[in-house]
Amino acid sequence: MNLDIALWLSQDAITNGAVYALLAIALILVYTVTRIIFVPQGEFISFAALSLATLQAGETPGAVYLLIAGGVLVVALDTSGEPWDLARQRLPGRLARFVAPPLAAGALARLSVARPDALWLQILATLAIVTLMGPIVYRLAFQPIADASVLILLIVAVAVHYVLTGMGLLFFGGEGLRSKPFSLLSFKLGALNVTAQSLLIVIASLALIGALWFLFERTLYGKALHATAINRVGARLMGVSPNLSGQLSFTLAAFIAAVSGVLIAPITTVYYDTGFLISLKGFVGATIGGMASYPLAAAGSLLVGFLEAGSSFWWSAFKDPIVFTLIVPVLLWRSLSAPHSEKDDAQ
Amino acid sequence: MNRRDSPALLVARDVTISYGKVAAVRSVSLEIRAGEVVAIVGPNGAGKTTLLAGLMALLPLQGEVRRFGATSGIPPTVEQLVRAGMGLIPERRELFGSMSVEDNLRLGGFDRWRQGARDGRSDLDGVFDLFPRLRERRDQEAGTLSGGERQMLALGRALMAHPKLLLLDEPSLGLAPLIIREIFRIIDGLRARGVSILLVEQNARAALKVADYAYVMESGSFVIEGSAAALAQDDRVIEAYLGVAATTPPSN
Repeated sequence: MNLDIALWLSQDAITNGAVYALLAIALILVYTVTRIIFVPQGEFISFAALSLATLQAGETPGAVYLLIAGGVLVVALDTSGEPWDLARQRLPGRLARFVAPPLAAGALARLSVARPDALWLQILATLAIVTLMGPIVYRLAFQPIADASVLILLIVAVAVHYVLTGMGLLFFGGEGLRSKPFSLLSFKLGALNVTAQSLLIVIASLALIGALWFLFERTLYGKALHATAINRVGARLMGVSPNLSGQLSFTLAAFIAAVSGVLIAPITTVYYDTGFLISLKGFVGATIGGMASYPLAAAGSLLVGFLEAGSSFWWSAFKDPIVFTLIVPVLLWRSLSAPHSEKDDAQ
Repeated sequence: MNRRDSPALLVARDVTISYGKVAAVRSVSLEIRAGEVVAIVGPNGAGKTTLLAGLMALLPLQGEVRRFGATSGIPPTVEQLVRAGMGLIPERRELFGSMSVEDNLRLGGFDRWRQGARDGRSDLDGVFDLFPRLRERRDQEAGTLSGGERQMLALGRALMAHPKLLLLDEPSLGLAPLIIREIFRIIDGLRARGVSILLVEQNARAALKVADYAYVMESGSFVIEGSAAALAQDDRVIEAYLGVAATTPPSN
């Protein structure tokens, strides 16, 4: 290996590591608020990348219809079982929260199909479609069992993962898609050819990690979200609705996934099931962060990126096993060094 | 009964709360008026905690409950009751163990803050003045506090919400006598500040001393009720809850 290759591998490692970091922080965000290990986070990424590519191909992604149907189902569920006069009174608010935004996202998608040269419109539509899926998935799959144990929540998360993967195959087909690059710019840094695309990924990751850190460490809203995870009854008694916290954390996670999907769409060919592998690697990063620390998880994700880049050079057939084996020493180290993080739960 | 000249904050009529087929609270009626401390005393397992959980909408109940004069057809949510000015300090305190004392307190004012109130700083200072111990430990994790400090933090956290009606579940449970005296002194002080209190206690002597009106609860029902002073002299209460060494009746 010479310096050129080392630099090239590093760029690859940092770019991938940044994507894994986005995943890792979204996983931690969801876990710290809802105790859900959110396996389907990867599907949101695939949905975003595939939606963007579909829009660029001049078609409306089928995910839009899934979104609208989901929104209608949420309103139907919320309304059922309520006395008629009350349901009628609450209906406008519910439609505004769960049906109007998906319809707006659909309109945005149609608009961007009509204007194929407006990249920003395609990105905006993609972000809207995927971000809005977050609260709907939470409401339909997790809200009814929000008090269940971590294990049950994990099993449901796996089920949601399979459902969404199937939906992805249905809407986007089995073929891989790749969207147009945002920018063909690149510049020389010594021997290295740095592309604007990978720079954008790193900057977006850093910005989102910083924003999340600020939200949870410095704002009362963030602390209220976190309080739900520590003690649900306690949080309710402070007026923090666990349903709202859950929906909010899923919205944020879906937004992060949408951003990651949009960012990787031009540099990787994304298939309907690509997201799962990415989210597993992000999970390794999140585990290094103990499912609690954003900076540690980001550093861990970077480590995963470097490990992956290195092993793809020396031992490419074992690239994925090497990365996933990393989780064993990490778990050993974490269980020996840190006290159980579920202590609040059991108290 | 004319409620116009003495506003009732909470009126419960024939409230029954069941776990499956077992009724833990059976057809209980009670009333709390503005500025009152009302006590519910009784043995372990009488259904006192369940009743509080039902009144706070943490458990579904049958019967009629009017809170702050409102009668809505549908049961309110906990969050709505918090906004309306009700607070519950549960027996288990339900603190945020891995957060600092200060963050626990600030979250107590979360709903007011969301409503646009920005006086959290001075509220915080008010709580610290009431419980100087909490000021010393403001950066410490709540999970590391002693039992008495935890109860102070739970009280302080509830006060940050400016409650009109506070439900207190066994505030003296597991605390040293000196701390218990301190807690009851504070409960008395809260009434002076216009907070009405529904107090559930096994420590009947202390509860009847601070309360205006009291109910005795046994196996899911109220068996005796009356002014706290009268109950403290009631033979059945003395025999079951105060012991033979009952002293002269307390005066308010």
